Amino acid sequence: MRSAPPIDAYTLRRRPPQEKLIDLGFRQLTLVMAASVGIVLLAIFFTVFGGAREAMATFGLKFLTTSAWDPVNEQYGALIAIYGTLVTSVLSLTIAVPIGLGTAIFITEDLLPSRLRDVIGLLVELLAAIPSVVLGLWAIFVMEPAIRPFLSLLHTTLGWTPFFATEPQGPGTAPAVLILVVMVLPIITAIARDALNQVPIELRQGAYGVGTTRWGAIFNVILPAAVSSIMGGVMLSLGRAMGETMAVTMIIGNSLNFSVSLLAPGNTIASMLANQFGEADGIQVSALMYAAVVLMILTFVVNVLAQWIVRRLSLRY
Amino acid sequence: MSFSSPPTTSHFTERLTLHYDPALKRNRLNQIANAIAAFFAALAVVPLFLVLIYVLIQGGRLLSLQLLTQLPPAPGLEGGGIGNAIIGTIVVTLIASLIAIPVGVGGGVYLSEYAQNGWFSKFVRFGNDVLAGVPSIICGVFIYSLIVATRIFFDQSFSAMAGGIALSVLMLPTVIKTTYEGLLLVPQEMRMGAYGVGASRFVTITQITLPAAFTPIATGVVLGIARAAGETAPLIFTALFSPFWPEGLFNPIATMSVLIFNFAIMPYEAQNELAWAASFVLVIMILGANLLARWISHASRS
Repeated sequence: MRSAPPIDAYTLRRRPPQEKLIDLGFRQLTLVMAASVGIVLLAIFFTVFGGAREAMATFGLKFLTTSAWDPVNEQYGALIAIYGTLVTSVLSLTIAVPIGLGTAIFITEDLLPSRLRDVIGLLVELLAAIPSVVLGLWAIFVMEPAIRPFLSLLHTTLGWTPFFATEPQGPGTAPAVLILVVMVLPIITAIARDALNQVPIELRQGAYGVGTTRWGAIFNVILPAAVSSIMGGVMLSLGRAMGETMAVTMIIGNSLNFSVSLLAPGNTIASMLANQFGEADGIQVSALMYAAVVLMILTFVVNVLAQWIVRRLSLRY
Repeated sequence: MSFSSPPTTSHFTERLTLHYDPALKRNRLNQIANAIAAFFAALAVVPLFLVLIYVLIQGGRLLSLQLLTQLPPAPGLEGGGIGNAIIGTIVVTLIASLIAIPVGVGGGVYLSEYAQNGWFSKFVRFGNDVLAGVPSIICGVFIYSLIVATRIFFDQSFSAMAGGIALSVLMLPTVIKTTYEGLLLVPQEMRMGAYGVGASRFVTITQITLPAAFTPIATGVVLGIARAAGETAPLIFTALFSPFWPEGLFNPIATMSVLIFNFAIMPYEAQNELAWAASFVLVIMILGANLLARWISHASRS
C-alpha cells in the first residue's frame, strides 16, 4: 500500500501580498475611472450653472420670454434662440422620421437582394460619419443655392402665411432644417433598422399565416412590436438635433431679430454659443451660459425620456 | 320553395384561388407602399451621394503636395495649404484618445467585471447615456470655463491640450459603452477557467477577458476616434485656431474642422477652396476609419 502524499502537496498556493495589492489597486483604479463619468457630468452641470448664476439673478425667467439681445445696454433674452432650437429640431424630425422609417423598412424587408440592401445600409451609416462642419460647408455652397428657387416658389405661393412671409435671401431657418434632416436621417434609420431586425421572425410568420399582406404585417404586427425602440431612437435624434451646432450655425444666418418666417434668418442656442462665446465678456458670458443651461435641460429631458420610453413601452411578446 | 345560397358564398368560391392577383385592392396598396418605401430609401441615400461627390470633386481637384505641406495663406492671397491643420487634428485627436481610451476601458471593465448591479453601476450607466447626449458645444463651454478661462496650464488660455480634453469628454461615453457591452459578450466559462487554473482577477481581466472582447472594443474605439476627429464645436473656443505651425501642446492649434468652419464663412475664394480641400482630407480620413472599424469586426467573424 502506498502511503498518502504529505499533506503539504494539497495546500493551495498562498497569494503573495503584492499580487493581492495589484488586484486591489486595479479594482480601485477602474472604480475611479467608472466614477469619472459621474464626476465629469456633475462638473459640467455645476460649471455651466455656476457661470449662469449672475445672468439668472439679473434676468430671471424673463430671459426665456424676451428677445432682446443687446450687448450695449446689457439686456439679454433668449427667446429667438429657444424658439429657433425648438422649431428647427421638431420640423427636421417631422420630415426625417417618415423618410428614415421608410428606409429602414425598405432595407429590412426582402424587396431587394440582400447584397443591395446591405449596400444601402452601409451608405446610410457612412452618412452618419460625415462631420457636421462638412455638411455645413456643403449646405452653404451647394444646397442653399440649389433650393433657393424652390423656397422662392414657396414664398410666392404661400407668402400670405406668416411662415413664408419673407423673401428667401441665402441663409435661413428652412435650409437649416433641411441640413438637420440630412444629419438625423442616418441615426433614425440605423436605430429603426436595428429595432425592426429584433422583431422575432415568429410574429411575421404568424401574420402571414393568417393571410395578411406584407404591409398588413408591417403596420399591424411588426411596427407595433418595435415601436418602443423606434420612439426611443426618435427622441435621441431629437436631442441630437437640438444640440447640433456646426451645420446649423453655418446656414441659419444667426439673426438677432425675431421672425416667425422659416425663410428668414434665425438662430439656435447652440449656434449663438458658437458665434458669440469666444468674444463675449462680462454679463454676456453669463447670459450665454444661461442659454447653455436651457439647452442642457432641454436635451437632458429629451434623452431621459428616450431611455424611459425604451424601458417602459417595450412590448412583451 | 327554392333553395338559394347566399350571394356571398358564390362570391367567396369565385375568389377562392391561391394565385396572386395583382388587381386586388390589397395587392395594389402593397405595390404603392413598396414604391413609397423605395422612394424614401432613395431620398435618404441621395444627399450622401451629393455630399460625397462635391467633397471629392471640389476638394480632390485641389489635392497636391503643397496642400498637405504648406501653411494657409493670409486673407486675400492665393495658394498655401493646410499642413498645420492636418498635424493639429492628429495632435488633438491623439490627446483625446490618450485620455479617453484608458479611462473608458477602465470604466467599462469596472462596470462589467467588478460592479454588482447596485445603485452605483446603474448611476454610472445612466450618467454615461446622459453624457453621450450632452451637446458637443456644451463640452466646449465646459472646458472653456474649466481650463481656458482659468488659465490652469502654465497661464496659457487657448491650447491644444484644452481642445484634446474637450474631445476626450465626447469620446468617453462611446468607449465606456462599447467596452462594457463587449465584455458582457465574453462567456462566463472563460473567466471560470482562468480562476480555476489559479489566475488572479487582474490577470484574468488583462490576459483573458479583455483580449476576448478585443474586436467589439476596437471597433467602438475606432468609431469614437473618427467621430472626435470631425468634431468642431468643442474646439472653437478651446483649441481655437492658428495660422502657424503647432507650437507645443499649450498654445492654440489649427485643426481641419475649425479651419473648414473659419474658411467657409470668409469672403475669399482661396480660403473657400482650402475649406473644400480640408473637407476632402477629413472625409477620407473618417471614412477610412469607418471602413477600418467595419473590417475589424468583419475579419474576426469570418
